[in-house]
Amino acid sequence: MLDAEKVREDFPILNRKINGKPLIFLDNTSTSQKPKQVIDAIKNYYEEHNANPHRSIYKLCEEATEIYEKSHEEVAKFINASGKEEIVFVRNTNEAMNLLMYSWAMQNLKSGDEILLTMMEHHANIVPWQFLQRQGVKLKFVNLTKDGNLDNEDLKNKLTKLVKLVSITHCSNVLGTINDVKEISKLAHDNGSLFVLDGAQSVPHMQVDVKDVDCDFLAFSGHKMLAPMNIGVLYGKKEYLQNMEPFMRGSDMIKEVGLTDTTWNDLPWKFEAGTPNVEGAVGLSAAIKYLDKIGMKEIQKHEQNIKEYAMKKMLDVDGIVVYGPLGERAGLISFNLHKIHSHDVAQVLDNFGIAIRSGHHCAIPLMKYLGIQSAARASFYLYTTKEEIDKFVAALQKTKMVFK
Amino acid sequence: MNSNIYKEIILDHYKNPRNFGKMNGADIKVKDVNPLCGDEIEMQMKFNGSKLKEIKFTGQGCAISMASASLLSESAKGKRIDDLKKMNKDDILKLLGIDISSVRLKCALLSLKAFKTGLYLFLGRNGEEKWENL
Repeated sequence: MLDAEKVREDFPILNRKINGKPLIFLDNTSTSQKPKQVIDAIKNYYEEHNANPHRSIYKLCEEATEIYEKSHEEVAKFINASGKEEIVFVRNTNEAMNLLMYSWAMQNLKSGDEILLTMMEHHANIVPWQFLQRQGVKLKFVNLTKDGNLDNEDLKNKLTKLVKLVSITHCSNVLGTINDVKEISKLAHDNGSLFVLDGAQSVPHMQVDVKDVDCDFLAFSGHKMLAPMNIGVLYGKKEYLQNMEPFMRGSDMIKEVGLTDTTWNDLPWKFEAGTPNVEGAVGLSAAIKYLDKIGMKEIQKHEQNIKEYAMKKMLDVDGIVVYGPLGERAGLISFNLHKIHSHDVAQVLDNFGIAIRSGHHCAIPLMKYLGIQSAARASFYLYTTKEEIDKFVAALQKTKMVFK
Repeated sequence: MNSNIYKEIILDHYKNPRNFGKMNGADIKVKDVNPLCGDEIEMQMKFNGSKLKEIKFTGQGCAISMASASLLSESAKGKRIDDLKKMNKDDILKLLGIDISSVRLKCALLSLKAFKTGLYLFLGRNGEEKWENL
């Protein structure tokens, strides 16, 4: 079983005091904290191996190249991809979606074609696709059921022959809903549509196997899974990546360059123009190693324990409204407390050293759909403890007193 | 505990906002939103020669945004336009009487932004007042 107290020893920031209180970090859906293993790996890279990969023949460059390429292989293994050719490093999930939009959708979709999204998407999986409306592509959104799941009937009705691409989140960053993506992938493929999976909230918290899900593309961010910010991943089936044009052009993504003509480099480098984020790759490798050592199943189990404990205690708070499914869901809970604005809740909690998210969670369409202006959100990770949940719920009670 | 940001005066104006509601025959109506929070405010103003005769506001938002709108309306009512033009960020923070972190500053200043937009609209200038000018 995962020993959260022991895990916490690896995270230097958890020793911090905020307003004189020990930090209780419950904003893991936004970003995760970093263990010293990740911090040390980056430090070691700069102290021992730093050079610009793929550029030169000296020893350091050879090492940097090896480290950078190996990181792709480790990511491939982590999500069960076939190899590094299927792993493109980007800045984050948001950039991965833009890459797909420019390199696949813009080239392959024509006026009248449709993209199927859902009402629970993050802006990163809505706004890039909106750009295609100028070429006549139509966006459609699957409705939700009252308890915050996808409406399967609505999905089937909207998945018409005109739908060429289905892009949905594995796990909602607001509702905590975990979608049955294996089933949706099958439906999409039976319909002849491509299936894109937004794994920003799932890959850090559960085992995601791209072969098992059978997604054509998967996007996720390193910083939500213990790695630094600005390193993210676009997985793509080789058959698709091979036929796609690069969306960023310049150095290192080329094979031959003439004055007017260029041939592209091999996968995945064709999609990685310019000097890459090697420190990010190093951090991501170290993060994966750390997560693997504990085991994704153990991490998921721990988060489920914490979530169930928190949900039970939170529902006992008078005047609280919790959003999303009450049954199976991820380790995050969005809520509003009576009529108190989420920013006020977050501000009072900050006085107790408790960090939660407030606002619209980069999902304004979902906020409107739920009929709310904003929400507060507590989200958990492998270092969250029940004692922290107790303090968090006690602080919610105190928040109510402030605004009584 | 450092929850002094929710001092009595702020909680009082949040729970019992002054000049909250709509008026008939307003000279100026201005709506504004703070996209980060989803705070919304509508300011309505009636002028009498060179003075602000009446001011009302409606909207929804956090305690800071609502309290600052209430305090602003109370302070501005009856004042000369020339004086109101000089009203700025510091005046609002003085009214609130608290230190505000940079992330909450827009909550505190949304009402002033809408107010100044309205004031200048009355004086014949179109366009939104900018955050950086407050």
